[in-house]
This record gives sequence, C-alpha cells and structure tokens, in this order.
Amino acid sequence: MKAAIPKNRMRDNMRTATDHLATGLAILATILVVAPLFAIFGYLIYKGASSLNLAFFTQIPKPEGEVGGGMANAIVGSGVLLAIASCLGVPIGIGGGIYLAEFGRGTRLANAIRFTADVLNGVPSIVMGIAAYALIVVPQHRFSAFSGGVALGIMMIPTVTRTTEEMLLMVPNSVREAALGLGVPNWRSVLSITLRTASPGVITGCMLAFARVAGETAPLLFTALGNQFWSLSPSHEIAALPLQIYIYAISPYDDQHRLAWAGSLVLIALIVLAVSLVRYVASRGILKGAS
Amino acid sequence: MGVGIEVTNLNAWYGANHTLQDINLPIPANHATALIGPSGCGKSTFVRCLNRMHETNPIARVTGSVRIGDLDIYADASPVEVRRRVGMVFQRPNPFPTMSIYDNVASGLKLNGYSNRKALDEIVERSLKHAALWDEVKDDLKKKSGASLSGGQQQRMCIARALAVDPEVLLMDEPASALDPVSTSKIEDLIFQLKSQYTIVIVTHNMQQAARVAEKTGFFLNGRMVEFDSTHKIFTNPSDKRTEDYITGRFG
Repeated sequence: MKAAIPKNRMRDNMRTATDHLATGLAILATILVVAPLFAIFGYLIYKGASSLNLAFFTQIPKPEGEVGGGMANAIVGSGVLLAIASCLGVPIGIGGGIYLAEFGRGTRLANAIRFTADVLNGVPSIVMGIAAYALIVVPQHRFSAFSGGVALGIMMIPTVTRTTEEMLLMVPNSVREAALGLGVPNWRSVLSITLRTASPGVITGCMLAFARVAGETAPLLFTALGNQFWSLSPSHEIAALPLQIYIYAISPYDDQHRLAWAGSLVLIALIVLAVSLVRYVASRGILKGAS
Repeated sequence: MGVGIEVTNLNAWYGANHTLQDINLPIPANHATALIGPSGCGKSTFVRCLNRMHETNPIARVTGSVRIGDLDIYADASPVEVRRRVGMVFQRPNPFPTMSIYDNVASGLKLNGYSNRKALDEIVERSLKHAALWDEVKDDLKKKSGASLSGGQQQRMCIARALAVDPEVLLMDEPASALDPVSTSKIEDLIFQLKSQYTIVIVTHNMQQAARVAEKTGFFLNGRMVEFDSTHKIFTNPSDKRTEDYITGRFG
C-alpha cells in the first residue's frame, strides 16, 4: 500500500524554489571565496606581466636609478632560504606530529607540546625574526641566509606538526593492528604503515607551511637582510623575493615599482609551481583504487 | 607445522573491567578450535591474549600463562616475536590501503627486513594460492591497490598476508562476519584446508560455522569458559545447562 500523501502543487513549488535558492546561495558563496584570488592574480598579471622578460630571470638588480635589471639573485636566494627552512621545519614538524598522534597520546607532555605548537602558530612573524636575530645574528655578528632560514623553518613547525597529527589520527586503528599483528615492531609500523597511509595529508600540510613562509618578509628583515648581489652562501646576507619586492615597492622609481609587481607575480607563480610539482611527484606512486 | 597451545589461569582486564576470569584451555595442534558465546563474553579478548594484542591497549592487563609450543609467550618472548609466530585475521578486512596486492601480502616479510625478491615472489604466490585468491588477482598483483578488492577478496588477501610470515598458529576473530554468504563459504573451505598445517583458533557468532569447521569448541559466557569439548559433543550433548540454553537459542 502506498503512503497517502495528497498532491499539493503549491507546496511542491515552494520546495523547488527553496532548493533553487539554497543552491544559488552556495554558488554565490563559492564565487565570493574564489573572487579575491582571481582578482589578485589578475591584477598582478595586469601590472607585472609587461615587466617580465628574460633579464628579470637572469640579471641581478641594477644600481639605484638605472633602468632594467632583474631578480635572479632573489629568486635563487628565496630557494636557498626555503631549502634551509624546509630541512629544519619538515622533519621536526613531522616528528612532532608523529609523537603527538602515535606515542604521546593523552600524556601531559603531548598536551603541552600541542598547546605550545598552537601558540607558536599565533606568534607574529616579525617576532620570529627578532628571535632569530637575537639568537643567531647577534652571537655570530653577521646577517646570514642561515638565520633567515631558521626563522622561516621555525614558523613551519607548528603547521606541519598539527596537520601531521590530525592526518595520523585519521588512519583507522585496524591498519595499525594489522601491522602489529604481523609481528612488525611499533616504530616500523608507525613509519612504514601509519605515516605512509597518511602521507597525502601530511604532504599537503608541509606544502601549506611552505607556501605560507615563502611569502614572508618580516622575519627576513633583520636575518637574511637582503642582498643586491649574487650569493648562495648560508653564512652571508642573501636576497629573497619578498624582501626585494618590499625594497622596490617603497622606492621612488617607477621602473622599480614595475619590477616589484613583476616580482610579486613571479613569487606567486613559483609557489603554485612548487606545490603542484610536489603534489604531482607524490601522487605518481598511488595505485588504482587506493583510498 | 602448527603447535598446541596451553592456557593456564588466564585473567585479563580492561581498566577495572575483569573481562577474562581463570581461563584454562588446551588447544590442540593442527586442528581448528572454535570459540562461541554471546557478544561481550570475552572470546575476542581471549584470542587477543594469544598473540599479545590485548596489551596494545594502554589500560589492558593480563595475568596467567600461555604456552604456544614450548614458548611461554608472556615470560620468554617479546610481543613482536610472539606475533611473528601467531598470525591474526581480524573481524573486518584491514588491508594496507596505500599498498598493492603484492605489497600487502609481502608486507610482513618486507617490514621485517626481508628483501630477497625472488623468494618474495614465490612466497606471495604460494600464500595467495593458499588463501584461494591467486587466480582472481594474479594479473593485477602490483597494479591494483589491496583496498580495491571486494570485501571477501580483501579478507582472503589478509589471510594470505598472515600466512606469508609462516606462523604456527592462526587466530581468526570472526573472520567472515562482515562478508556475504559466498565469501563466507570460501573462507570456511579455506579454514578446512589450512588446519592440516596450522593450529587455528576461530571466534565466531555463527554456530553452524563452528560446527562446520572446528573439531573442538569452547563456550564463553561473562568472561568465563563454561565448557570446552569436541564440537560434536557441545552441539549434541552439552554437559552444562547454560551451553545447552545458548546453542538452542534460549539466549544470546
């Protein structure tokens, strides 16, 4: 027997209208979320693309007042800084996340670490720069790429730690039991099974942290300092894209303003490129039907 | 070859909850032994005490002795050593989701540092044949994720994974409860074949299953073992009134 719901055209129309309204609102919200991103990217292309040429990627900045030159040293310098930062931030961050999720669950030490990581996440980036200045630059009596990399690396740790923890906690316990039940030692199970199962999320966390510090200027102001010349040495001042953008943006010359726009465009493009590249490499090993 | 298990005065707790009380049980080598009883009676806890999985829960505690062959697993060995000799198949198939079928089966050996490729190939093939899965997966061994198989195939892959490390004892905690009838009967056939080489302990809710696959059956109730005897006797002429009530469906 069918349930007796009387036909009611008016009610059905109302429901359809509500459905359309809700869908419309959701689409509107999505547009509002994405719009600023496209606006920024579009404006950067509008302002910066015309100043992009081969020289921008191959030359170092010209002396004050001269037209032309590029940011090759800043692009490479940012690479050096981010490499130092990632070497520090990613292993410590992942290690901390593993401790929180797999070994310290529920202990007071773990709760203290989690709280500290959250606080560290909220520390303004300029304070990180001051800390690195006081702890590394002052004792060594020199500004250096190393101190800048350390400041950025410390900023990466809390994001990496907390996402690693969250991702490990999402791995079902049955997977851990499967490994332990085979006679696999716990440490091995954590590294080869649990961490591997969570790796897509862990990589996303590392990339988030990477992208965030890639654009930081404040921690570099009194650590890496910036450099108008070529330098790859970790123990000397080094140029960085955000620093160079900052210097050019506040300069009085129109040509340098244009270069600052171009630099901003290149910075965003390089971050997108680096993140996509890591994702592509990481996804190549994933098998058909893997969840 | 399988070895016998001798359980003496086994007690287990979860926090303040005394889940197993004074269990004494001889489990014969190269036979299947079924454990039946209502939900929460302690039969799962019991098999988890046989490979020291019980203690992976930080609030869990065990006393008493379990001898597997000539090894007292609580006195003479580390949990890792015990689990290499005592394989386990869980209630729900639990493949390693990022690994291929091949890597799933080889995982127990690989993760313990075994790396002879040729020998691994042979062991994987033998284990999958043993688990009656080889013909269904041999063409996608390294191409497909273990998680892409059907539930019944996943469970047979998990059995192959347990067999690959060559255990002496195979513990099965309701291995077919999440599977359809066809997959269930495949698992039962498998148990029938495997018990000539391994000592099998199987927890089941399904009394027909116990009757079909096991020579010996133990009935658990409220953390105690009420009766342990040949399966035939338990199901036709149990000596304890509670066993009779349970198998005739008066409770549980």
